[in-house]
Amino acid sequence: MSTYLSNNWETILTALRQHVWLALVPVVIGFVLALPIGYLGVRFPWLYHPLVNTCGVLYSIPSLALFVFLPVLLGTKILSPLNIVVALTIYTVALLARTVADGLRSVDALVVQSATAMGYRRLRRLIDVELPVALPVILAGLRVATVSNISLVSVGALIGVGGLGQLFTRGFQLFYTQPIIVGIVLSVALAGICDLAIVGLQRLVTPWTRYQRGAA
Amino acid sequence: MNLSYLFDAAHWSLTADGSIPQLILSHVWYVVLALIIGTIIALPVGLYIGHTGRGSFLAINAGNAGRSLPTLGLLMLMVTLLGLGLTPVLIALTVLVIPPILTSAYAGMRTLDHRVVDAARGMGMRPWQVLFKVELPMALPVMMSGFRSAALQVVATATVAAAVGLNGLGRLLIDGLAVNDYSRVLAGAIVVAVLAVVLDLILALAQRWIVSPGLR
Repeated sequence: MSTYLSNNWETILTALRQHVWLALVPVVIGFVLALPIGYLGVRFPWLYHPLVNTCGVLYSIPSLALFVFLPVLLGTKILSPLNIVVALTIYTVALLARTVADGLRSVDALVVQSATAMGYRRLRRLIDVELPVALPVILAGLRVATVSNISLVSVGALIGVGGLGQLFTRGFQLFYTQPIIVGIVLSVALAGICDLAIVGLQRLVTPWTRYQRGAA
Repeated sequence: MNLSYLFDAAHWSLTADGSIPQLILSHVWYVVLALIIGTIIALPVGLYIGHTGRGSFLAINAGNAGRSLPTLGLLMLMVTLLGLGLTPVLIALTVLVIPPILTSAYAGMRTLDHRVVDAARGMGMRPWQVLFKVELPMALPVMMSGFRSAALQVVATATVAAAVGLNGLGRLLIDGLAVNDYSRVLAGAIVVAVLAVVLDLILALAQRWIVSPGLR
């Protein structure tokens, strides 16, 4: 194992760096897109069920199919990392739009009414009151999206762009377990680190959730 | 969008090797086997943890840990260790379905109204009667939702079996990609998505049928 690592650390690091980019760029873009889409599902209640159903169907498309098919739809090259980024962005939006809508719907109506009574207009109330109260639910969704994106990137290796997934296909072609084990360990570790980072962020931006539990 | 592969009658022959019905059959076979084995392993553990409250840490974290494990890597590792065949595919897919089933079995048991369980005990029910006549039926809706999300995931992911030379609907994706036949890839993507929706409908009907009318 150590000879494999010392002989190939450059390949491994390149794969890891690509993996981080391919997984996290869609999380950021998807999060930014999901906020307004999820809000629409709350602002116009008749939109909520169509929104949830569309998200469910999008999420059930196999990642391999989406990776292979996007080049035809977008006119990109099959080896372009853009295909992976777009596909994972679609999954992230499908997952988070629903979570954002559910989070905003879970805000206590009394809280919203108090804010309105204090003179908050709709947009300010959304940004200053509803969004922060919904944050724990939204961030829980963000954790799921981040972790599943990190594990999905590797499927891209089947079409030639897959970060650590390339270690899987290489090991499989050579019938050699070490690159595969290194790939799995790094992928799981990366997911764990990102998950912990979001938990830390959540503690930082929602300090009130800790006190509530003590008071209850 | 070129649907010629999907609507070519020759690809729907029941007897020809690699026809769409045969691929659907092998795909469903992998899915059903993985769900059965996964349920046999995960359900008792989830019920035990939920019933006794011992080991809840495991049940809560199984979900996220399972999501972070890249199925493609696990599959290729198993193939290099065990050789080609059905077993490595089943191991990889079973590992995928265990976390949602375990976590939802636990959650279903935990969210029960404790007064109902106390009442059942007070009526003189034995522990196994409490489990099978009260706790299990009441936890069923939550458990079924976990089972349904496991089923959706495994239908989409079973496509990777084709990457290691097995059958299933992934064949249309992998072979179509290999010969630049996007009409075949599109057919694969559509059939998998339709299969996922149909399976979810069947499970939704099953849920209506097995969940006690008093809980609706």
